[in-house]
Amino acid sequence: MLQEYMDRKYRTDNKPSVEANLIKNNVAIVGIGQTQYTKNSGRDELDLACEAIQNAVDDAGLKMSDIDGFDTFILDRLSLPMLINSLGTPNVRFSCEVSGGGGAGCAVAVHAAAAVATGQADYVCCYRSLNEASGHRYGRGDDFIEYMPVALTPNYGYIWPLGFVTPLGWAGVWGRRWMHEFNITREQLGWWPVVLREYAQNNPEATYFGRPMTHEDYMESPMIVDPLKLHDCCVNTDGAAAYIITTVERAKDLKQTPAIIAASAQCCPIEQEIQTIYQRPSISGLVETWYVGQELYRVAECGPDDIDVAQLYDPYSIGGIIQLEELGFCERGEGGKFVEGGDNIRIDGKIPCNTAGGLLSEAYLHGWNLVIEGVRQIRGTSYNQVKDVELSMVTGGPGVASSGIILRR
Amino acid sequence: MAEYVQGIPIMRPYIDQDNQGYWDAVKNHKLVFQHCSKCDKYHHPPRPMCPSCHSQDTLEWKESSGKGIIYSFVMFTTNKMAYPAFKLPYAVVLVEMEEGVRITANTHEIEPDEVQVGLPVEVMFEELPDGQTLYRFKKREA
Repeated sequence: MLQEYMDRKYRTDNKPSVEANLIKNNVAIVGIGQTQYTKNSGRDELDLACEAIQNAVDDAGLKMSDIDGFDTFILDRLSLPMLINSLGTPNVRFSCEVSGGGGAGCAVAVHAAAAVATGQADYVCCYRSLNEASGHRYGRGDDFIEYMPVALTPNYGYIWPLGFVTPLGWAGVWGRRWMHEFNITREQLGWWPVVLREYAQNNPEATYFGRPMTHEDYMESPMIVDPLKLHDCCVNTDGAAAYIITTVERAKDLKQTPAIIAASAQCCPIEQEIQTIYQRPSISGLVETWYVGQELYRVAECGPDDIDVAQLYDPYSIGGIIQLEELGFCERGEGGKFVEGGDNIRIDGKIPCNTAGGLLSEAYLHGWNLVIEGVRQIRGTSYNQVKDVELSMVTGGPGVASSGIILRR
Repeated sequence: MAEYVQGIPIMRPYIDQDNQGYWDAVKNHKLVFQHCSKCDKYHHPPRPMCPSCHSQDTLEWKESSGKGIIYSFVMFTTNKMAYPAFKLPYAVVLVEMEEGVRITANTHEIEPDEVQVGLPVEVMFEELPDGQTLYRFKKREA
């Protein structure tokens, strides 16, 4: 993967044949559900998860007892056995917890789709529930005190003792290198958060609904971890979200227009550690995102110009913009210029991005809200609906083992 | 730079069988990297198998020249994302060593506005109040 990336030459001769792909056009997302996104839910994660899952089940037109599989990714703080006990799902025959943190934002859907396509389960529920605003905040500096006195893993042992304990810092290192090599400016970075905030003004469920932000506001916001300012960083959210995956065949009997998976991909490249990808020949680009994009285009038999709308996992502005390059929406090193002024990522632009407000302005639901918005764009029910959407892309986090899906009508 | 706030403990490295030699060397004020004698390649962080030749018995520790350049860095400027044991601001630099390996560390006697991509640096060792030893980087003549 890394060699293909360095050569910018994606090999098709060493990949499984597209014809043999059991997921393509056979599996769909058929139900979506969420709770309110708040700053203080006053409820525990298990409680929130039950509500979001019930909403997704109702949305699909299913019964709770139909759900026979569960899927999420690591860093979840609720117990799956208690979730099953609470929901009373009597036939659970598949469960999965994917590695890679936010990179697995779509890998959860990939694994659930694989389970459904191969007959391991009929209806897999992908869930996430967080109290990151009021409770345990992943990625805060003091968050790590609970692990004292020894770093949690050997890898963290090289970075945590330096006061280098947060994903924003880890990503800031490769982000600065990218800015340095390609002369990306802070003014350019600002357009990503500004456009996402515009989208959030039409989404009453978004954290920043009713709180617009100008580019000037962005420039005046404080530095958090240089090179990242406050508004380069995602929000904190209390809330839960869920979606349900089944076969296209079963979807015919359900309530909603299915969002059919045209392609799905995961990438776990060499020299990978959560965000600290520093040993690679180049750290000013992201092999995992590039690979996921190439594989999605190969399997869906399309290219970046065919994608109508994209939800890119953006825990920080840099992570969104660099993905535009790696997914082929613009040239490598041109991401800064591409987002300048914002038009290219607005609703009538070249590639409308994160149309519900993304992780920066809608909610930091670890990418579940991005999948849900990707589905809404297929159904035609987004608050910022792009016209005549045929293909809707969603990706997982940057700088970690990543993933992606392309949905179609 | 990188001064500590008294009374807040500093995280310790996680030492296992694969990286014991690395941290033992640091304790003795030496910086070593894992090297495969068969491939003549460095690998960091240390691992139980050479990813190039798949040998498990050709891995050795080789002392680093201690010299490198700042390849990239971040500067922690607010308490939100910083670790509370550190006085603000503080830098974490990614240094590309002469051996080709890149490692992260705090800086020693480098002012915030002097921390720049391309700055030549060399390793030094610091005894922490809690008895552990860590490496940092200070400026050097190019």
